[in-house]
Amino acid sequence: MSTQVSETALGSGLTGDDLLAMHRTMVTARLIDEAALRQNRMGRAPFVVPVSGHEGCQIGTAWPMRRGVDVWVPYYRDLGIVLVAGMTPEQVFLGIFSKASDPTSGGRQMPNHWSSRELGIVSHSSPIATQVPHAAGIAYAMKYRNEDAVVASWFGEGATSEGDWHEGLNFAAIHRLPVVFVCENNEYAISVPQAKQMAVADVASRAEGYGMPGVVVDGNDVLACYGAMKDAHDRARTGGGPTLIECKTYRFLPHTSDDDDKTYRSREEVEEHRHHDPVERFATELVDGGVADRDALRIAHDEVKAVVEAAIQAAWDAPDPDPATVGLHVFAEDPG
Amino acid sequence: MTEKNLVTAIRDTLHDEMAADDRVILLGEDVGARGGVFKVSEGFMAEFGEDRVVDTPLAESGIVGVAIGMALHGLRPVAEIEFADFIHPAFDQILSEASRMRYRTNGDWGCPMVIRAPCGGGIHGALYHSQSIEAFYAHIPGVKVVMPSTPADAAGMLRSSIADPDPVLFLEHKKCYRLIKGEVSDEPFTTPIGRADVKREGTDLTVVSYGYELHRCLDAAARLEGEDGVGAEVIDVRSLAPLDTETILASVRKTSRAMVVYEDNRTYGAGAEIAAVIAEQAMFDLDAPIVRIGGPDIPAMPFAGALEHSFMEPEPDHIFAAMRRLARF
Repeated sequence: MSTQVSETALGSGLTGDDLLAMHRTMVTARLIDEAALRQNRMGRAPFVVPVSGHEGCQIGTAWPMRRGVDVWVPYYRDLGIVLVAGMTPEQVFLGIFSKASDPTSGGRQMPNHWSSRELGIVSHSSPIATQVPHAAGIAYAMKYRNEDAVVASWFGEGATSEGDWHEGLNFAAIHRLPVVFVCENNEYAISVPQAKQMAVADVASRAEGYGMPGVVVDGNDVLACYGAMKDAHDRARTGGGPTLIECKTYRFLPHTSDDDDKTYRSREEVEEHRHHDPVERFATELVDGGVADRDALRIAHDEVKAVVEAAIQAAWDAPDPDPATVGLHVFAEDPG
Repeated sequence: MTEKNLVTAIRDTLHDEMAADDRVILLGEDVGARGGVFKVSEGFMAEFGEDRVVDTPLAESGIVGVAIGMALHGLRPVAEIEFADFIHPAFDQILSEASRMRYRTNGDWGCPMVIRAPCGGGIHGALYHSQSIEAFYAHIPGVKVVMPSTPADAAGMLRSSIADPDPVLFLEHKKCYRLIKGEVSDEPFTTPIGRADVKREGTDLTVVSYGYELHRCLDAAARLEGEDGVGAEVIDVRSLAPLDTETILASVRKTSRAMVVYEDNRTYGAGAEIAAVIAEQAMFDLDAPIVRIGGPDIPAMPFAGALEHSFMEPEPDHIFAAMRRLARF
């Protein structure tokens, strides 16, 4: 099984270095996540949003995107996406500690409300699915200006209940826009299970209603996610229009640091899903496929851990926003 | 100079802006082949192409949301909401997204976009084609809200709105569309957002208004001058947000009497804000209590002629009568 996956990867044009870089990014997301939660429990981070469990679908679907060309429209759980887009662990912690140099908002937004114009990451809010029509509009502008560019928008399955989600997909399909919609289906909208969100088994089945391809993929299989996104990205670039990809995954931790997931799902259920941990699974595939040995992965893990620890320290030491700046940037004429 | 009505001034300006800048994109319901229900974009699709004059699905949140995306990626979208009454599904996109984009990114991203929306009543539009929506949006920091009431102001302010780096809600009173005519320069010109305009000078009382009510105030002021020899200064707010408090206060300090007239239902409306500014900053210049004339606090404007008339004019010549009372106080 694992060998077959590696062959798929080679068939997709990924090198061993690519695979190791993907793995390293997944580990980075996982270790940032664990460290952020510790910072929260230590009282240094008022609010954090876990990613653990989503690393496979995030790194897999982000990987075909081109830095400096394509545009990223993520949602708040997308730590893995923004790491691939080029955000550094230190920048992530600047956001977690809401520091003045937080690249997403200078400490104005809650953590995980990603943004960086330099990296092509579009700011989003806390209301759900509002970014989906933005992605369609960006894609319209790309097509109108004949750019060789693609925009991708990520969201949870909860977002697919919102009107904005429908309106965004519908517009994108009508105009065959260069956009990929990626649903990270982790089975819960905070506490509400999928069965109470929709009467269908697959979000992707809705794609047919918009006239675009819908693809279901194992979200814990990073290379399967990569393959699905590579196809969708190519389709978008070559005038084939949008694609809806649904990655079936699971969130191992509560919705946020303020959530108690014991109120709506059993420990047994969570434990069962941890057996499908996308980070562990990919590590096994890399070893079984002869791409790396366990020692090399352990060294990489320790290196990432050191990077994360240094990032926390540097971000914690960075200055807080100046209260005098609270009124800036309401309009363009109020510059900082 | 050419004499035009308000809707023609808007049409011509939009046309010229589209001709001058291919980043300007028009999108909305029926804006294409139909040319807009008020014919603002008549002929535009044939001239500028379907990719610049976008007939959208009937989905207002999507129209504004897509326009935000276009603005984020270098275009200058002008989104038309067919009637202001239908804008409410887009409230979240305007409030949570467009208005906060610059603030929440510490100045990194911005939304240069215009949302045009025909508003106001007195045109047999009933509950859902007559609404005043300005107060909802003027309350939101980060979005500019304008309502020009003359053809020249509409032309100058639409040009300013399209050039503005931030989102502008451009409200057009439907009753003014064909009723109000005026001279408009044939050369491109801008009228700044955030400045009120003294439409009639006077020394005895200040009347602050906008939209169709402005023209009724001007008529009443002319009559007051003729019948009583009283000079009412009439200020056209034009820009509800930002509000030009300086021009309003300067006039009130001169006349010592202030009145606010607006069509929206009275409570929590623009008139409350304007009256509060006067009360806070010019209380001791006043010789009489501030007068506030707004629509009745009923859910909306009814259809039947008699009921609609009652909304617009609860008693005969009510604006004139209130001006006279204030002048004689």
